[in-house]
Amino acid sequence: MTVKVEITVNGESTSADVEPRLLLAHYLRDQLGLKGTNIGCDTTSCGACTVLLDGESIKSCTVLAVQADQQSVTTMEGLSSGTDDLHPMQAAFRAEHGLQCGFCTPGMVMAAVSLLEENPKPTEKQVREGLEGNLCRCTGYHNIVRAVLTASGQDPDKAEGSEPGMVAPGFSTGSGA
Amino acid sequence: MSIMGTRVVRVEDPVFLTRGATYTDDLTDERLAGALHLTFVRSPLAHARITGVDTTAAREAPGVVAVITADEMDLTPTKHFPAVPDAMARPWLAKDTVRFVGEPVAAVLTEHAYQGEDAAELVEVDYDPLPVVTTLKQSLANEHLLFPEAGSNLACEFGGEDEFSDDLFDGCEVVVTQEIVNQRVAAAPLEVRGAAAVWGSDGRLTLWPSTQNAQQTKGEVAGWLGVEPDKIHVITPDVGGGFGAKIGADPEFALVAWMSRHAGRPVRWNESRSENMTGMLQGRAQLQTITIGGNRDGKVLAYRLDVLADAGAYPRIGVALPTFTRMMAAGVYDIPKVETRARVLVTNTTSTGAYRGAGRPEATAAIERAFDLFAAEIGKDVAEVRKLNVPPPEAFPFTNKGGAQYDSGEYAKAIDKVLDAGDYAGLRAEQKARRERGDVLQLGIGLSCFVEITAGGMTAEDATVEVHPDGSVTVLTGTSPHGQGHATAWAMLASEKLGIPVEKITVKHGDTDLIPKGIGTMGSRSLQTGGVAVYQAAGELADLAKQRAADVLEASVDDLEVVEGEVRVSGTGTSITLAQLAEKDQLRIESHWDGQMPSFPFGAHLAVVELDTESGKAVVDKIITVDDAGTILNPLLAEGQRHGGIAQGIAQALLEEVVYDEDGNPLTATFADYGIPSAAELPSFTLLTMETPTHLNPIGAKGIGEAGTIGSTPAVQSAVCDAVSHLGIRHIDMPATPLRVWTAINAAQNGSEA
Repeated sequence: MTVKVEITVNGESTSADVEPRLLLAHYLRDQLGLKGTNIGCDTTSCGACTVLLDGESIKSCTVLAVQADQQSVTTMEGLSSGTDDLHPMQAAFRAEHGLQCGFCTPGMVMAAVSLLEENPKPTEKQVREGLEGNLCRCTGYHNIVRAVLTASGQDPDKAEGSEPGMVAPGFSTGSGA
Repeated sequence: MSIMGTRVVRVEDPVFLTRGATYTDDLTDERLAGALHLTFVRSPLAHARITGVDTTAAREAPGVVAVITADEMDLTPTKHFPAVPDAMARPWLAKDTVRFVGEPVAAVLTEHAYQGEDAAELVEVDYDPLPVVTTLKQSLANEHLLFPEAGSNLACEFGGEDEFSDDLFDGCEVVVTQEIVNQRVAAAPLEVRGAAAVWGSDGRLTLWPSTQNAQQTKGEVAGWLGVEPDKIHVITPDVGGGFGAKIGADPEFALVAWMSRHAGRPVRWNESRSENMTGMLQGRAQLQTITIGGNRDGKVLAYRLDVLADAGAYPRIGVALPTFTRMMAAGVYDIPKVETRARVLVTNTTSTGAYRGAGRPEATAAIERAFDLFAAEIGKDVAEVRKLNVPPPEAFPFTNKGGAQYDSGEYAKAIDKVLDAGDYAGLRAEQKARRERGDVLQLGIGLSCFVEITAGGMTAEDATVEVHPDGSVTVLTGTSPHGQGHATAWAMLASEKLGIPVEKITVKHGDTDLIPKGIGTMGSRSLQTGGVAVYQAAGELADLAKQRAADVLEASVDDLEVVEGEVRVSGTGTSITLAQLAEKDQLRIESHWDGQMPSFPFGAHLAVVELDTESGKAVVDKIITVDDAGTILNPLLAEGQRHGGIAQGIAQALLEEVVYDEDGNPLTATFADYGIPSAAELPSFTLLTMETPTHLNPIGAKGIGEAGTIGSTPAVQSAVCDAVSHLGIRHIDMPATPLRVWTAINAAQNGSEA
């Protein structure tokens, strides 16, 4: 049995007859060839598959394609027109070295975009808590947090509590800045 | 101006950030069109006899092309580490016996991935449970054997009991001993394992694996399949993290290739996270007994480390890692007498292998706990006792008791740097005040000092650098990045010599037809081997260009310099571009570099935790680190390596542990159960700069990849123990979870040893 879905993805209308059990992540990857969205865990834990569904960040490995019918999805590919035109969040991730192997990156970037939509000037603590649903195994989050602060227009080096002469902001999880 | 030592942002990032990297599961190579999907049927039992496999229903399921069991397999069971008994060979698909949860029993090939999951569930396997061995002590008892023909559960032994002397601690005023668990952890790269394979009409296999080294993968898979290595072309796509667990080939890679040959079609395999958490090599898994002796003035005189290491069910590379643990047992310290041994045992668990640090974190954790326990016993400060026992800078090169020659080091200085930056005296004063007030939130301060071996045993690498007529440059390397940023760093090294901007330099790796020789990326080896090879090759290319330009420009080679992509006659306006020279004749150099010796980065970490004595929960408030890896090529990338390592070290100290129940069921087989930290569980890190160059290579660089993990784990564990030491608690094993800490506090309050 298949079901017809119509989903706007990155501003373009898409449509397909899909199995009801087809995950949105697989719809994006296999039906549309948008391979940026990665699947890292199968249990809604890692967030590598995070995309925006009607503007809200969701984990596309636990949303069915049929649940996204008649809605709009934005993936990392939809944030910019190409490598010469990075979205401010993408640019900040590059500038702050907020990615290494890159696997968590598409989901992390989308979660971060969603975070700033809700809270345009977050503190370090708010960034950390806001990204709690997205796991990264490479960066220790340090530079991801810096990237999100940078993308929000804040200078991560001048955040409250930072110690002069040190590479990193000296504040900790508990400070709240 | 030199590009070396500058914070160049990564050239690979724009693609990674817009359309994403191309991992194995993302491949759209036309050779994989119409590929079948491979799904494994894996054992749900840790130890059992297989009494029957019924594939009838599975064969009839939609989309099923083939169901393969051991009966159809023609590959011979293979040992995955040479020095273990022959009886410990691993079958490709289990035939008579399964020995860990997750062992492949059958394989299903389907047109689509979802169909594979459906069909795999229809394969009926009958099992007769056997006694399960999950712990090292059970294994050592040899009451139940995994491989009865081997006669014992011992896979390998390094250093016999006869090497332990009776008088090792004679003359010591104080001797302390402690059993320490260095728990099993999962590498858990965000990208799971995967591979794709197709056989060409010429009889050649093309294999795309997620690996840290294509060339080793080629050799291993060729051996396993029984084909000539030149019949295999390995192409490594982007790799989503490895951390040691993707070194070389996994048995599944050979199965993917075998299935493709069997079916006559391309085959793809991309495992689930639960398969990854039971099938991918896991790390650490040592049970250590440490004994340390010395005098009340703080001088340590003797140290013994006795290791039981868990190989898992089928011995693989994990068997070798205790040799690093033994070599590095004394850590940064100059201890007159050191004795070590290691026994590696099989258990009904996932096989073990390298995980960030691979044998050295275990050594460091042991000796650092030993120093803490010794300092506590004699009532002296942990920093003071450490500094009293490290060799001074003028003692280098320093040969440790394990036979390793440390190239350069300033250990006491590293300790002082973190103490100063953290205001150690102030922290101790704050700790004292909280203790006196009886605060619920107590402060714990942990110090570690470490040295590690990088590029150990694998000091050589090749590189090719070519300038093309359009002015672009191609670099070929045998190293194999999976997050480290070689595309940027190696371009910087070529740029330094050629004056061509990094944007015009393409670094290629992981294609065995293009780059037949290479060792790959592991053991913090890449910059000081593959990077130096690129630097050397680019330098030789500049020399070659000068020789050729000397004829064209009618100048002496001595008057020429390579600047901004051209050869110039010094002090004149005369020049010719490298591109123009390349137009005349191929401008390409292949170079071989061998540093001959490994290097020994070192550092010190100071961790401060706040520990809630009512709940047992410890939170890392700050961690201040020196990770001295010699001269730094790109601080942005080096810091990133340190950050990741520190996070993984904190995670081992506080959160992560692969847990099996007494029946060998894995209780941490998903990310919902396994304690990978999120951003909310970690602080920002304070990195201090210290660069003590090595003389072993022309850029002065040592390895950086594993330092953070090695230093942070014992520092954080120590901080937790320190936070409750005033309650009479000596030691808490990792991970220092709230339950474990609370239990220790509760036991101490009830007057019993934790």
